[in-house]
Amino acid sequence: MLQPRSIQSSLGIRDKILSLDFILVISIFVLGLVSMFAMYSTDGGEFKYHTNSHILRFFVFFGMFFVVSFISIRFWHETSYLIYIGVFILLLGVKYFGLTSSGSKRWLDLYFMNLQPSELMKIGLILFLAKYYHRISIEGVNSFRYLLLPITVLIAPVILVATQPDLGTSILIAAGGVIVAWLAGVRAKFFTISGIAMLALLPIAISFLKPYQKTRILTFLNPERDPLGAGYQIIQSKIAIGSGGLFGKGFLNGSQSYLDYLPEKHTDFIFTLFSEEFGFFGSLFILLLYALIISRIIKIGNVTRSNFGKLYCYSFATAFFLYVVVNMMMVLGLLPIVGSPLPIMSYGGSSMMAIMLGLGIVMSCKIYKDVPVN
Amino acid sequence: MLSPGSGNTVIKSKLISRRMFLISAAKAVVMVGLVGRLISLQINQATKYKSLSDKNRFREWKLAPERGAIKDFFDTKIASSEPLYQLHLIPENAKDLDNLFVRLKAILNITDRKVSYLKRVIKKQKPWEPVIVSENLDWSDFSRINLFLHELEGVEPIVSVARTYPDNSSAHILGYVSQISTKDLQTKEYLKDLAVPGMAIGKTGLERKLDEQIIGKVGYQRYEVNAYGKRIREIKIDQGQAGKSFKTTLDYEVQKYTNELLKDKAAAVCVMDVYNGDIVSLVSSPTFEPNEFVHGLDKAYWNSLIKDDKKPLANKALSGLYPPGSTIKTLVALSALENKIIRPLDTFRCKGKIELYGEKFHCWEKDGHGIVNLRKGIQRSCDVYFYEVARKLGVDRLAETAKRFGLGKKVLSDFIEERSGVVPNTKWKKKFIGQNWYLGETLHSGIGQGYFQSTPLQLCLMTAQIANGGFKIKPRIIFDAKNDNLRKYLKHKNENPNEPLPTDLLVSNFDLKPLFKNQEHINLIKDAMFSSSNEPGGTSYRHRFENPKYTFAGKTGSSQIKRFTEAQREAEVKQESLPYNDRDHALFVAFAPYKNPQYAISVLVEHGGSGGKAAAPIAKKVIKKVLERHELRRSVNNQIGESV
Repeated sequence: MLQPRSIQSSLGIRDKILSLDFILVISIFVLGLVSMFAMYSTDGGEFKYHTNSHILRFFVFFGMFFVVSFISIRFWHETSYLIYIGVFILLLGVKYFGLTSSGSKRWLDLYFMNLQPSELMKIGLILFLAKYYHRISIEGVNSFRYLLLPITVLIAPVILVATQPDLGTSILIAAGGVIVAWLAGVRAKFFTISGIAMLALLPIAISFLKPYQKTRILTFLNPERDPLGAGYQIIQSKIAIGSGGLFGKGFLNGSQSYLDYLPEKHTDFIFTLFSEEFGFFGSLFILLLYALIISRIIKIGNVTRSNFGKLYCYSFATAFFLYVVVNMMMVLGLLPIVGSPLPIMSYGGSSMMAIMLGLGIVMSCKIYKDVPVN
Repeated sequence: MLSPGSGNTVIKSKLISRRMFLISAAKAVVMVGLVGRLISLQINQATKYKSLSDKNRFREWKLAPERGAIKDFFDTKIASSEPLYQLHLIPENAKDLDNLFVRLKAILNITDRKVSYLKRVIKKQKPWEPVIVSENLDWSDFSRINLFLHELEGVEPIVSVARTYPDNSSAHILGYVSQISTKDLQTKEYLKDLAVPGMAIGKTGLERKLDEQIIGKVGYQRYEVNAYGKRIREIKIDQGQAGKSFKTTLDYEVQKYTNELLKDKAAAVCVMDVYNGDIVSLVSSPTFEPNEFVHGLDKAYWNSLIKDDKKPLANKALSGLYPPGSTIKTLVALSALENKIIRPLDTFRCKGKIELYGEKFHCWEKDGHGIVNLRKGIQRSCDVYFYEVARKLGVDRLAETAKRFGLGKKVLSDFIEERSGVVPNTKWKKKFIGQNWYLGETLHSGIGQGYFQSTPLQLCLMTAQIANGGFKIKPRIIFDAKNDNLRKYLKHKNENPNEPLPTDLLVSNFDLKPLFKNQEHINLIKDAMFSSSNEPGGTSYRHRFENPKYTFAGKTGSSQIKRFTEAQREAEVKQESLPYNDRDHALFVAFAPYKNPQYAISVLVEHGGSGGKAAAPIAKKVIKKVLERHELRRSVNNQIGESV
């Protein structure tokens, strides 16, 4: 505990800034800018509530990103369990004091913002498991003893979130945990067995699904089933993206979105709006930007020394990838509408906060790449 | 438990990297898949989705075209499309609906019932969809609304176009327009692309007959709409095309005059040019207010129309079927002459009745007419004379002549309300009644009773074809400049009897069809009709014109409703003393002027009693009016004739 402190203290603020991954920082900033334009378009080409608050949030959390980056990775390693426990308590708080909106209880009223702890749990679980597996020897990973705790910390929040109900986020939280476990060396066999077990339990799970969740899955399987009802979102999103063509309809000219055919355009369907206005090339640009961000995170994982850092970066990169891909597949009609925001692009403070926190810790891994965590 | 040996850590780190490499490979594949999906949607299927997006975006509203006008012979509009002032309300724009209605009630004459109805409509509709507060505001209300407009937020005065008729004098022949019904859409092919909500189409009369051409071409407004159907902005507007206007042969002045004459009576009048078949006037009474039908009919008014015994909605001139009564005697006599059954001077003795197989056949003159020849038979309308003639002639020969003169078939085409009537003969009875013909029925047919059924228009055509010397004419109501050749032909023949016909008469589409074998027979009938109207003892002698300019030759008639009982005959019961519904229908046909016939007229007065008393006075007045306007009409005809 004493040894590393000297190394940490040897890094001045100038060193810290210079050791930032600038490509990653710039990519995040560019994505932030793009998201502001998209948000401006959803407001019909005016600075209205969504645009203003999105811009504010972006800069606030972008600032937070730097603060988090400059804090030693050792601190994050030490507080991992605490963060998880803190977020878990918040989730429990949601269960009892949460705000209900459109039939699901996801938010905590913090007076200055409505916090959605399930978004933070995406990072919290990765942190927890990264720390956990960092400590366990490679032989121990697959022993039943060391599987018990990971399963518990994974299942508990997933159940809490799934019953809010928020199927999309709970699946993504679970996916993040599974990735850490797998990267840490848990055998594929284990995942296969639990996969089969889950399939077996599927009918029971379905009986627990809310009617609207069942509808969503049925609608995904056949969007034309009810074109004005549940299939509406998928159909309209595909129309918007398809009608964008190669070059798009032009900034502020996305008729599907400004005539309100596009649902949830600020949040889950922000990519659709962008894709309609900027076409195939615009979509490709966004996709490349995300690919760049993900590859930079992986690169940081490669250079960071500690297994905690590696586990965290790789897992976060993969989880981030999943957030992007699930959202895009959803709006492209390749997955059911499960309600998952597109990182940084979508409107929503908690998601922005969680992503920036996650990226900040990644950046901390970069700055303190040579710092041993224990 | 903790084994943070550096060797172990390195192995672990390698395992992590290996597994990460696998994940990265999977990510790359998924990314390529996403790009592939984008290519499929945005490049391969872009056209399909662009059109779907446009289908979302644009919505078209059809615009009802302006209906073409219907004009009379002198180009006066008798049905036109006039500006109409309406009051619309857009609930979304109104701040306080209740308050607004209170204000509106103060300014306009709106009932509480209407207000609660409007409120119900508003609740059902989207807030930006207008409701019609008033369909048809008069100018003073409209200008008052405009004056207070600044304090009536949400209210929009709209100027629209609607069918308007100057009055109700020609309501039957013009017909009326009203909202398209589902049945119209199913049955009328031409409405397929025309159907615009709220558009009125012709339901009866000329409005219906001409509907397809007069209706015009539908325009449209294309709007960009949002997902909730609200119009965002207008993209394109096509006003459509106004319908074709039509000129008719009717004389609006005569229509008005006649309509006034027939007021309160259940009656019909037809006036026709005897050479070209132009229908100068066609009036049915009582009439109805056609303007009431344009904007959804008031229920009370509708009920009053259908409950009225005098049947204001029926066009009696076209669809009223009446036994022709004694007016048929002209044709009975003609048929007998043509078939050489009688000679003009052959006589019969009328003792007031004859007997046939024990059945008594009465003459209307109880004491009889004494010795009667053809001329006197028609002049006095002696029933016994015509019983005798009919008996000799037989019903089949009579029917053949009657049909030739236009009875038993429709006179005009494309009027759904027109009926063809009945000219009975032996075959007809066998076919439709399934019985053999009785000789007694021939006698009844000889005086136009029994199975005979005819419309006033048919009787007018019959008279016109006698008046013009026995030539077939094709009656028409839509003006046609290029068909006045019968008049020219007769003029040419009169002036130069021995010269050949000029070529324009030979090559034109004019088809000269004499309806007689010997024109002398026609002249005999005309002369007998003259005596009926102008010589003492004639049935309409009392209503004659002394002035030769107006002198007409006519024939009275009455259609029996109930045959008199022997007791009633003995008591000499008068028609006037019978209950209204039991009285005979009065008929009168005539042509004028006698010397140089121009127009034929038929008059029907339902339950009017005798033709001489009820129908002839009306005919006299109408004839005078028509003849007074004859020069004017000729001059227009000539002008047009020259320009063609």
